[in-house]
Amino acid sequence: MKRHLLSAADLTLEDATLVLDTAEELAQVSARTVKKLPTLRGRTVVNLFFEDSTRTRTSFELAAKRLSADVINFSAKGSSVSKGETLKDTALTLEAMGSDAVVIRHSWSGAPANLARWVRGSVVNAGDGTHEHPTQALLDAFTMRKRLGRLEGLKVTIVGDILHSRVARSNVLLLATLGADVTLVAPPTLLPVGVQAWPAQVSYDLDAVLPKSDVVMMLRVQRERMGPGPAADTETAYFPSTREYSRRYGLDVRRVTALADDAIVMHPGPMVRGMEIAPEVADGHRSTIMEQVANGVSVRMAVLYLLLGGADSAIGAPATGSSRVTAGQT
Amino acid sequence: MTAVPHRPTPVRSPPAAGGAPPQRPVSGDPAAARPVLQSPYVARVIDRMAHELLEKTRGGGDVVLLGIPTRGTTLARRLAARVHAFAGLTVPSGSLDITLYRDDLRLKRPRPLEETDVPPDGVDGKLVVLVDDVLFSGRSVRAALDALADLGRPRAVQLAVLVDRGHRELPIRADYVGKNIPTSLRETVHVLLVEDDGRDAVLLGPADLGRDERARG
Repeated sequence: MKRHLLSAADLTLEDATLVLDTAEELAQVSARTVKKLPTLRGRTVVNLFFEDSTRTRTSFELAAKRLSADVINFSAKGSSVSKGETLKDTALTLEAMGSDAVVIRHSWSGAPANLARWVRGSVVNAGDGTHEHPTQALLDAFTMRKRLGRLEGLKVTIVGDILHSRVARSNVLLLATLGADVTLVAPPTLLPVGVQAWPAQVSYDLDAVLPKSDVVMMLRVQRERMGPGPAADTETAYFPSTREYSRRYGLDVRRVTALADDAIVMHPGPMVRGMEIAPEVADGHRSTIMEQVANGVSVRMAVLYLLLGGADSAIGAPATGSSRVTAGQT
Repeated sequence: MTAVPHRPTPVRSPPAAGGAPPQRPVSGDPAAARPVLQSPYVARVIDRMAHELLEKTRGGGDVVLLGIPTRGTTLARRLAARVHAFAGLTVPSGSLDITLYRDDLRLKRPRPLEETDVPPDGVDGKLVVLVDDVLFSGRSVRAALDALADLGRPRAVQLAVLVDRGHRELPIRADYVGKNIPTSLRETVHVLLVEDDGRDAVLLGPADLGRDERARG
């Protein structure tokens, strides 16, 4: 049975721990002269990217290549998508060429879940709209565990544009499974409806939360998903000005001094220096931003190995019944 | 293959006095498993292997012991300790996980990885002695040779196993053998070590104790 990784909620505590432990061993490969394992030899992984990405696409590509899989990189720009081809037809075309797994990023929340109903191979969600980004949550958890030695009981504060953040949603779900305590900090306008039902606390006051945090994760304000402001001179409807946002919710040098000695500062990237995070903080000794990127390769190798490496997948959501005939057209 | 002086098989039932309390870490029905080697003899066999290693490698100067997890790693560590006790020589020992190099990977669900821990000086130009508990089909050793090739280029590679149970499926032989145990294909061999299992023993189990173990040789 093939399985998928569509949501961080697909992972049980055992699954998530297995991914992190596997990634720990696979991290050694990156330190060797021969950075290659024969494990996925002869398998084909398609990177289907309908949205821009630097880190995630190259990270998945490198992870698949280190496991000896063949990789096809597909981006919507310069493909038949610009001629009007649907997601379903694109996916089935790539599958007809013999792909075993599809790594998909799409601006529509739920696109990977649809894809999982159409294709026979495993589907890995590499970010869908404002919904989820499970491998980012896994690499974040991996980074926390590596730096701080544990996840159970860890106080994790996620700050910024929670409303549009698939990283926040996946992190909240995964960290709850792993036993960490998550606090979300954002202006009320940047919190999603129904956030009370999430397994996390909510605060509007960053300064009150910082001293109690082991991990502070800063999120970028996703301007591309926000409309223009109500009046010509306002930047956006979500907060009065960039400057005010930065003053209240940005992590600057002064705020960092309030953190505990061993607390770490994370950011999933891309970051906007000077807005949500000061350059001195991003480059400081607490920052794990570059480690997160390096760990991303190991974690994605672990996910690909556990989904594709054997006759059966070791992690992830069960595949729904093949409904290629009846599934609705996009 | 090294000529192994045949020792009388110490089959004793009930277990010899001073043996560790009976533990049951073996899957299946351990009551049905018959001990072929018991507590003090396992240590003696390992002592002899350490002596042979020193003899055959002319003092063991550039030897690196790499065990195949989990029992192989423990054995490698023990061999290194005995070599140190006999010759005052510190031989680096480590572990080499072969999971990602196995030829039966596609036949079952992906397994959790074991630890790979290569001594800091690496394997380049060294005499690497691979260590495993049981030599069976030879497929694990083939995987280990592939894994080793990705780590570096040893001067030479040798193989040490506590038990050789026969039934090779590949042209592989061991340089150091603790004990040759003729088995039927349907039997299983379990090596227990104090560090992992609370006692030293080699058990010969009945038919279906672990068909999965087949690939482990």
